[in-house]
Formats: sequence, structure tokens, C-alpha cells
Amino acid sequence: MRWAISDVPWVNRLLRGRWLQWGITVFTLAVFVVVILTGLFGTPAGNHNFGIVYVWLVWWALLKLVLVPFLGRSWCSVCPIPAPGDWLQRRTMITARPGGKLYTIATKLFRKVGSVGARPWPRLLRNIWPQNLSFLAVALFSALILTSPLATALILLGFILVSLLVSLFFERRAFCRYLCPIGGFVGVYSQIAPVAVRVKDPAVCASHTDKTCYIGSDAGYGCPYSNLLQKLETNTYCSMCGECLRTCNRDNIAFYVRGPGADLLNTRGRRLDEAFNGLMMLGAAFIYSVVLIGPDSWLKVTARAVGTPAWFVYAAALLAFDMLAVPGLFWLCVRLGQALAGKPKAVAGQVAARIRKGDSLFADYATALVPLGLAIWIAFTLSFTMTNLSYAWPALSDPFGWGWNLFGTADMAWTPYLSGMIPYLQVPVLLVGLILAVALALRTAHQHQQPSTAALPVSAFCALAVVGLLTLYMA
Amino acid sequence: MAVALALLAPLPAVGAPPQERHIAISARRFGFEPGTVRVNRGDTVVISLESVDVVHGLYLDGYRVSTKAEPGQPGEVRFVADRDGAFHFRCAVPCGNLHPFMIGKLVVGPNLTWLRAVAASLLATAGALVVFWRA
Repeated sequence: MRWAISDVPWVNRLLRGRWLQWGITVFTLAVFVVVILTGLFGTPAGNHNFGIVYVWLVWWALLKLVLVPFLGRSWCSVCPIPAPGDWLQRRTMITARPGGKLYTIATKLFRKVGSVGARPWPRLLRNIWPQNLSFLAVALFSALILTSPLATALILLGFILVSLLVSLFFERRAFCRYLCPIGGFVGVYSQIAPVAVRVKDPAVCASHTDKTCYIGSDAGYGCPYSNLLQKLETNTYCSMCGECLRTCNRDNIAFYVRGPGADLLNTRGRRLDEAFNGLMMLGAAFIYSVVLIGPDSWLKVTARAVGTPAWFVYAAALLAFDMLAVPGLFWLCVRLGQALAGKPKAVAGQVAARIRKGDSLFADYATALVPLGLAIWIAFTLSFTMTNLSYAWPALSDPFGWGWNLFGTADMAWTPYLSGMIPYLQVPVLLVGLILAVALALRTAHQHQQPSTAALPVSAFCALAVVGLLTLYMA
Repeated sequence: MAVALALLAPLPAVGAPPQERHIAISARRFGFEPGTVRVNRGDTVVISLESVDVVHGLYLDGYRVSTKAEPGQPGEVRFVADRDGAFHFRCAVPCGNLHPFMIGKLVVGPNLTWLRAVAASLLATAGALVVFWRA
């Protein structure tokens, strides 16, 4: 069941118009500039520096607790990092160019005479493996990045420079879709969101050969994420920027409000790179919970002492846990489930064999990790944002830590918000995530013609993850 | 229902008789020693906080009590541990880059809050399996 909210006239006008999205992007870009400046020139004390407080507390909490669960990947549509690249490619900041034409250096250097458009992203890299690797690379330095304003500024500057460079050579938002370490997990978890941009009637698309949603038109640009809307089934690669709403001249695309997690109902044909992202994020949540929230100070100091022998041991342990231990255990659970399922019977067996030939059971069962992983990240985010969020008030008035008092809040004392309530918020979130994960594990089994028993090991894996996290936080 | 029962059902308070517990905690950038402290419900807890490097604070989640210590000038906090569970205590005075993550843990036993949460998780798993199971 879904409701096309874009059919409401004023909502339609808002979504098709460019000013709202542009206005928010300019605001986030301005904040981004302040983050960079405070990181480079402000106090090195993280909790007094605007950059640290507003990126890793305010923005992170907003992203994990509000935007991803409720609005999917919408952050990406107003993210400041790809904005300069977009504007360069479009050679305009707000309005659309005739035909939605994009310009890159590659357009002039690499394309044959007479051809149009820019250089497409290499076929071999059209997946989120590079995003998985870039997330892991950032994760290795996370204790430093989270606590050092300079490191935060440099990494964000690195992101915007790489994004700009990529946009000079490759068409559309190749950085966001294929490289951004944040975009990978934001995309995977956005499948939970109760909103989506989808075609209204696939038959209309089938007869519409212009594909203006992909190519662009005078009304707007082709999908920045290279989606062909008639084939779009999940939110993973859709930022809901509204470009397709503008370019579809058949009025066949809508912004829907729908049941949460609707993208997860089809567990077949899932991708290994996305599955690995879910597993990697699960592992990372555990590592961060032990290192950052746990009581062992030597772990925190080691994780921050980048380049020391102890840090290399930490880095190796993180990579081994995230890339081998967690995926390995999950793989074992899937194999055990297959063994428990036994030999399929006659007709069902033929169907099951056909499905298994085309699908990766490992990747398909990993669908269960989407609600579970998001719940675990919400629990982790709650554990440190509520206690530290009050740093936002002084940092707003004194962003550089130079003694300013712009809004009269510079002297507001650190006050943990509802810190005693954190476990009581974490437990229900984790339980909901666990129930959805078990339901999806069973659904995966059923959609692969397996008996319910096949889902037991994956369900146990999910339960073990939740009990493990509860033990870390509450025991 | 079972999950709600596991989370909310009243249970008899059993455990060692209450006593006064004196606990010395040493604070240095960026951790507490010991990092985990265990007491029993009903105990009167007296925490003596000593700092070995810079000024540190101690704020206890859930009990909302705090103290501060400078090198050579320990701080003290006293309270009755009347709620079971695990409660983080954290440095309340900015002391460096890892200050927001300078965290310790007070576990008030018997830790029924954690046991209830674990029981609720297992029941939720079992419940979901029963509801969505297909023969």
C-alpha cells in the first residue's frame, strides 16, 4: 500500500521546484565551510570545536536517528560534498540547462567527435565494493577523526576534492554512488524508509522510448545516480532529489509514502556488495561500542595512536573482525541453514535449484541485517549523542573556541540529556530490529523454497548480535 | 505479551544484604581505573575519585551524581545504589581529545535490567519464529 504524496498540488510544486533543495544545499555547504575552517584554525579540543560537535554529534545523530530511518537517502540530495561538482557539470547552480546537458573535462578529452555526454563510470567498478573499502579505510582512523578537528577537516576536504575531481571526469554523481564511504551504508539502510520515488505505471515507461528520467530534458537532468526509474526497486541508489519528477514528461513518477521496509520484502536477487556492507556495518558497530563506549582506556588510546605498532595491531584486528570474522560466521549460518533444510522435494526442489543458481543465498539472507544493523546503529548513536549533545550550544556561540559568544550560549555547561533513559530507549529499538530481522530471515527461506528451519541459524546469528550488544551496554 | 512480561514483570529483590562500599577510582586521560565497578542493590556507595594527571570529573548516568578531582585533591560522591543495572560514569570536565569517550561502568547487581533485556530478546526471537514460521 502506498500513497502518492506528490499528487498533492502544493507538494508537487515543492518537489518539482529547485529552490528548496538548492536552499538547503547552500545552507549545508555554508555549515561545511565553517566545519572546515574551525577544523583547520579552531581549538584542537574536540568538544569545544564546531566541526567535531556539529559533524559527529549533531549531523550524525540527525542522519542515524531521523533522516535514514524516515527519509531514506534524502540527505544525499542536499549533501554539500557533491554540490560543487554538480554545479561545474551543469555550468549552472539552480536552473536546468537545455536538454539537461552535463559537461566534464572528459567530454572534451576522451569522447569521440560528435558524441555527447560525459565519460561513464568504469563497468568493473559499478558496485559498492569501493564504498565498502573506503568506509573501512575511514573506520581504521575513526578514533582520531572523531576526536581531532584537524583530522575531521582534512578528511572532509579530501572527500570534497575527490568528489570534485571525479565529477570533472565522470558523468553525474559517480562519487556519491560508487565511492562515498557514507553513501554505501546510508543507501543500504534507506530501504527501511517509509518513503520512495517510483514509477506510477511500468507500462507507461515501457512505451516511453525517450527515457528523459535517465537522459534528462529541458526540464531537468538525467538521474544523478544513473538510475533508470522503471527498473528502480529499492531506495539504495535513490536520493529522492526529484530530478526524475521534473524530467518525466508523462507524469509517471511519484513521491510515495508507504509501509516502512517495503524494499526488503523481495529478498531475492540481492547483491553481494550490499550484503557485505550490512555485515561490515554490523561488525563496525560492535568495534565502536567496545572501543569508544567501553571502559577500557588503553583501547581508546591505541585506536587513536595512528601509526604506532599497537595501532597496527588494532587495525589488523578491526579488519579481521569486519572482513573475516563477522562475514565468516554469517556464511557458516547460511550454510548450516542449507544443511538443516535438507534435500528439497521434487517440484519445489527444481524451483529451489533454479533460484539458487541465479541468487546468492548469502546475499539474500543478508537482507535481514538491514533492520538489525540500523537498529544497532541507532542504539550505538543513542549511547553517545544524548550524553554529549549539550556541547552543541557552546560550540554554536564559539565555533572556533576562541572565546566568542555569538548567541549567548557559550557558557552553557555540559548537561547529559536523559542519560539514565538510554538503555530504555536502546532495548525497544533493538527488539524491533531483531523481530524484523527474524521475519526477513524466514521470508528469505520461503522465497527460496526452503523450509522454515533453514532460517534458524541466521535468526540465531541476529539474536546473538543483539544479546552481545546488550551485554556490552548493560552488563 | 511475553516480551513485555520479561521487561516489566515484578521480580523479588534477592541479593546480599546492603552494606557501605568504599571505592577508590583513579582517573587519568582517558580512562578510569577500575573501569568497571560492581556493587549490590541497596549498598551505600562512596566513590573516592583521584586524578593522577589533569582535572577530571565523574558523572554517573541514572543516578545523576557527580564530583571533581584535581591531582592531590580527590573528590568524593556518596549515594545509595537503589536501582539495578549498568550505569556509565563519564568524565565531566573536558580533559583532552578523547574526553567524550572517557567512560567507566557501575554495575548494580543483581543486574535484572540486563537479564530482562536478554530474556526479552530471546523471547522476541522465538515469538517472531512462531509468528512467521511456515510448515
